[in-house]
Amino acid sequence: MGYLIETVYFLTAVLFIVGLKRMSHPTTARSGIVWAGGGMVLATLVSFAHPQITAHISVTNYVLMLIAIAIGGVIAWAGAKRVPMTAMPQMIAIYNGMGGGAAAAIAAVELLKDHGDHLPSNTILLMAVAGALIGAVAFSGSVVAFGKLQELKFFKDDAKFRFTGQQKVNAAIFGAAVVLGLIIALGHVFGGPLITLFFLLALAFGALMALPIGGADMPVVISLFNAFTGLAVALEGFVLGNSAMIIAGIIVGSSGTLLTLMMAKAMNRSVANVLFSNWAALGTGEAQAVTGSLKPMEPPDAAIQMAYASKVIIVPGYGMAVAQAQHKIWEMSKLLIERGATVKFAIHPVAGRMPGHMNVLLAEAGVPYDYIADLEEINEEFPTADVALVIGANDVVNPAARNDKSSPIYGMPILNVDHAKNVQVIKRGKGVGFAGIENALFFADNTRMVYGDAQKVVAALIQGIKDLG
Amino acid sequence: MEAVVAFFSPIYILMLAAILGYEIISRVPVILHTPLMSGTNFVHGIVLVGAMVALGQASTPLEQTIGFLGVLLGAGNAVGGYFVTERMLEMFKSSKEKGN
Repeated sequence: MGYLIETVYFLTAVLFIVGLKRMSHPTTARSGIVWAGGGMVLATLVSFAHPQITAHISVTNYVLMLIAIAIGGVIAWAGAKRVPMTAMPQMIAIYNGMGGGAAAAIAAVELLKDHGDHLPSNTILLMAVAGALIGAVAFSGSVVAFGKLQELKFFKDDAKFRFTGQQKVNAAIFGAAVVLGLIIALGHVFGGPLITLFFLLALAFGALMALPIGGADMPVVISLFNAFTGLAVALEGFVLGNSAMIIAGIIVGSSGTLLTLMMAKAMNRSVANVLFSNWAALGTGEAQAVTGSLKPMEPPDAAIQMAYASKVIIVPGYGMAVAQAQHKIWEMSKLLIERGATVKFAIHPVAGRMPGHMNVLLAEAGVPYDYIADLEEINEEFPTADVALVIGANDVVNPAARNDKSSPIYGMPILNVDHAKNVQVIKRGKGVGFAGIENALFFADNTRMVYGDAQKVVAALIQGIKDLG
Repeated sequence: MEAVVAFFSPIYILMLAAILGYEIISRVPVILHTPLMSGTNFVHGIVLVGAMVALGQASTPLEQTIGFLGVLLGAGNAVGGYFVTERMLEMFKSSKEKGN
């Protein structure tokens, strides 16, 4: 039986790798997840006959196993099927947290169980404890991340979770958890209050780490916790001698780390900066005063300008997705394409709530991915665009990032919307973006503000274009 | 000598798997970052297998409770991770596929 199981685990690892590889290209992405899913099903089925389980066969444990898989599976399935696309980041966070929790649970059972004469080596025990610590941190941290992105009332106010000396308190809790872990692993203390305290400290540290971080930075943190869970799974894989867990865990750990760095880079910040500071504290001084005035435009006039443009670039932001305007936007784009215009969508790397999230939201509305351009490709094209339509985006089109050294967003790569011949900005009101700063683009001579709910405004634009015949 | 090989082979696995993970992600276009993060999130759902082994070995009610929770959470990770990833990926289509 041992050979069969190891063969299947090997096959699973291959299927995961092929699956991930296929997922990294748009044309094969859909089949990638199916390959990886097949690997998961095989590994799960064969594990019912794992020698470590069959050695002390227990009907109760088998029944518990089936019930747990059924409950966990059904709840997760129902959640995954129902969640709107705008809520995808927090859904990934919660499933990631579950994986971290599972890794911590494996460690707990491995430490608590009666080892008899077969006490594992200190290396293995250290790995079990390290995996438990990382897994528990990923669990509680991800739950907090979910709560914040879901905008649950309790998590609403970031400021109430910030206090002086916070970093020191966190460091002390983390240090205490590490010391306890070392005592457990090297002193072979496997029961009693010590191990409970260890897990409580680890959980507390994860939550405290995530609590003061603002919603805009959360994707980076989720990605980091994703890498953490991968690492925890790999460590517990070593403890159990399970090669599938080791390989899958390490791949996720390293790819997750890289993804985290890429996301932080797209926001022009370091990971340490995201974790240990907050947006409001950034920036060196007063931002330059914005000159000019806001010039409103009514939807019918905006529609005329749009209808006679030969090239339109649409810059969507999270505000568009919240207003569920992406379907209307695509409807309008099709009208413009029928009239002979070129339409492109320009996506900033951090548009939406994580890199690539906006692409998912546009894909949901039916926008083909070859109409969508990223920052480097599209920035050269703005000077040739007759109309750039900004909808629900703010900081990522603020020219202050290019030319105002005192601005908190200075240096962040932005979409050069201000280079377009005409700019239309659809906006709910006169408020400022996540970074809390005025946007010089809105006051520029070639910019017109179209105020109102994104969905209603776009509906009015569609009507206006149709009226022109 | 055998002990040395036994000591080093996990380290080789670790190194190669780490390089592989790095390579897979480093050439990915930004448009697939979110689905791919979700995909890697699904892949670490393999923790379910370990949780099953842990529960299978449990002999006290405490161990069984923790093991049960582990399997439940692991199953949630695997199943939830799969379906959110699939939902996202099935929406990605090119203009040619749709005949627009």
